[in-house]
Amino acid sequence: MRNKCAEVIKKIKKDPYMCAGVIITVIILLMIVVGLFWMPYEPTKMSASEKLKGISFKHIMGTDNMGRDVFSRVMYGSRVTFLIALGTVFIGAFMGTLIGALTGYYGGLFDEITMRVIDAMFAFPSILLALVIVSVFGTGWIQLLFSLGIAFIPSFARIVRGEVLRCRNTDYVESAKLQGVSDVRMIFVHILPNIKGVLASSILIGFNNAVLAEAGLSYLGVGSQPPYASLGKMLSDAQQYMFTTPSYCLCPGLVIVLMVLGFSFLGEGIRRWE
Amino acid sequence: MGVILDVTDLHIEFHDHGFPEVAVEDFDLMLEEGEIVGIVGESGSGKSMSALAIAGLLSRHSITKTGRIMFNGDDLLTCDRKTLRSYQGDEISMIFQEPMTSLNPVKRIGWQVEESLFIHHPDIDKKKRKEMAIEMMLAVGLSDAENIYHMYPHELSGGMRQRVMIAAAMIGNPKILIADEPTTALDVTVQAQIVELLKKINKERGTSIIFISHDLSLVNQLCERVIVMQKGNIVESGATERVFGAPQDIYTKKLIAAIPKIDIGN
Ligand SMILES: Nc1ncnc2c1ncn2[C@@H]1O[C@H](COP(=O)(O)OP(=O)(O)OP(=O)(O)O)[C@@H](O)[C@H]1O
Ligand SMILES: [Mg+2]
Repeated sequence: MRNKCAEVIKKIKKDPYMCAGVIITVIILLMIVVGLFWMPYEPTKMSASEKLKGISFKHIMGTDNMGRDVFSRVMYGSRVTFLIALGTVFIGAFMGTLIGALTGYYGGLFDEITMRVIDAMFAFPSILLALVIVSVFGTGWIQLLFSLGIAFIPSFARIVRGEVLRCRNTDYVESAKLQGVSDVRMIFVHILPNIKGVLASSILIGFNNAVLAEAGLSYLGVGSQPPYASLGKMLSDAQQYMFTTPSYCLCPGLVIVLMVLGFSFLGEGIRRWE
Repeated sequence: MGVILDVTDLHIEFHDHGFPEVAVEDFDLMLEEGEIVGIVGESGSGKSMSALAIAGLLSRHSITKTGRIMFNGDDLLTCDRKTLRSYQGDEISMIFQEPMTSLNPVKRIGWQVEESLFIHHPDIDKKKRKEMAIEMMLAVGLSDAENIYHMYPHELSGGMRQRVMIAAAMIGNPKILIADEPTTALDVTVQAQIVELLKKINKERGTSIIFISHDLSLVNQLCERVIVMQKGNIVESGATERVFGAPQDIYTKKLIAAIPKIDIGN
């Protein structure tokens, strides 16, 4: 076990993408996890005397227009953003895989109809689609999570369908059929493990898109509600103070960039793993 | 000795390109218990299609199949999927030409050998399954079975993979084993070993074997009876000695004449 760990670490060290991805992601995760137990200030505590302060020892990312500590708010905001992105990808990947696997495996009319619906959904940018869904369900972070999740289904469905289609006619699937393997077992036990690499990197890419989509939607004002803000919401609140207190908008922006960058590098690293 | 498989008037037609394309016409085969039957014929003569139909793998909508394939009182062409599945892998097994691609690349060898036990005999527990798999792997000549059990397909040679395929096909002790050109992708010495292995399986377990091959000399070594196919039709069939010794059909004569004869010194 220890040997294996050492081997994995050695392999990570060798690949710059993997290395950078792991470091950045660990920093972000650390910030989120620490934020669960400790934050320098209460993220909602306002202070009239400390509005829009720049970077200082007391407030390492400065304060916002209500005198709240930006670093504490970023810690909290990354947690919100991370959870929404995670939930989005989970819904998208789970449903997408299910739909893609079934349509890819069975083909026929069922595939034809489902894929046309998926294509229609795919034709809209996921942000726009999510916006439509949010406007039906109302705003709030749960609604946001579900609408983004649904908006992410098509891309996963397409990827998985393509991969399953590729596996469906291979010799090993044929020989498994000859052993009397049922369809369900064939799809989930024989075929899906063969596409887990592709699935893993699409999940990471999907995660990035979800972070950006969440930021975009919050920016448009349909995301998490004040006083608890996601990173995207913070960014949109901060924009009017961009020139007076640059730290206020730069800091959450930077964290979004790091989050996306870290997972992109991880995705690339996983792709090149073998 | 009784008849175990009775195929009559098997007719297979494709409708992939808008018009019917006949792949197999009037295929008849009576397989006796414990018998090895060879099917020979040029590429595209319908050998694999007949075999796949018997194994129940031709289930696409665009294929029409008529005739009867009687096994155990069921017609494999018309019986429901559940019945068919209960036979597949347990009573009727098949191995393919390409040992390199017939194993799932992400599953361990042991898992793959055990799969049909897992499906057809869920009452057998994990430990017993492993025991049976190791025993079967040893029986097909994988002497390092304990280690190979934990390996992945890419760690094995073609010959070893074909042995794994045979182990996986034989673990449920099927009554019929269909081998579609099982040796074509292997080199000559390994070919001979695999043929010996099939012979041994047939003798020790009484498994009936349908052996499909281009290689008439292998068929001659292994099979008591042979069926010669051309363009989807059976042109000649009978005892191997008779067919190869005194061929009646022009096509069979041509096939036999085409066997390269090697004279070394003498
Ligand atoms: N999808 C298809 N549509 C139409 N015809 C097909 C299709 N698939 C196979 N065939 C035809 O079925 C016939 C029989 O093919 P089969 O694979 O049984 O040949 P074979 O005797 O096994 O040849 P080989 O020795 O090369 O394996 C061929 O003539 C082929 O053209
Ligand atoms: Mg063939």
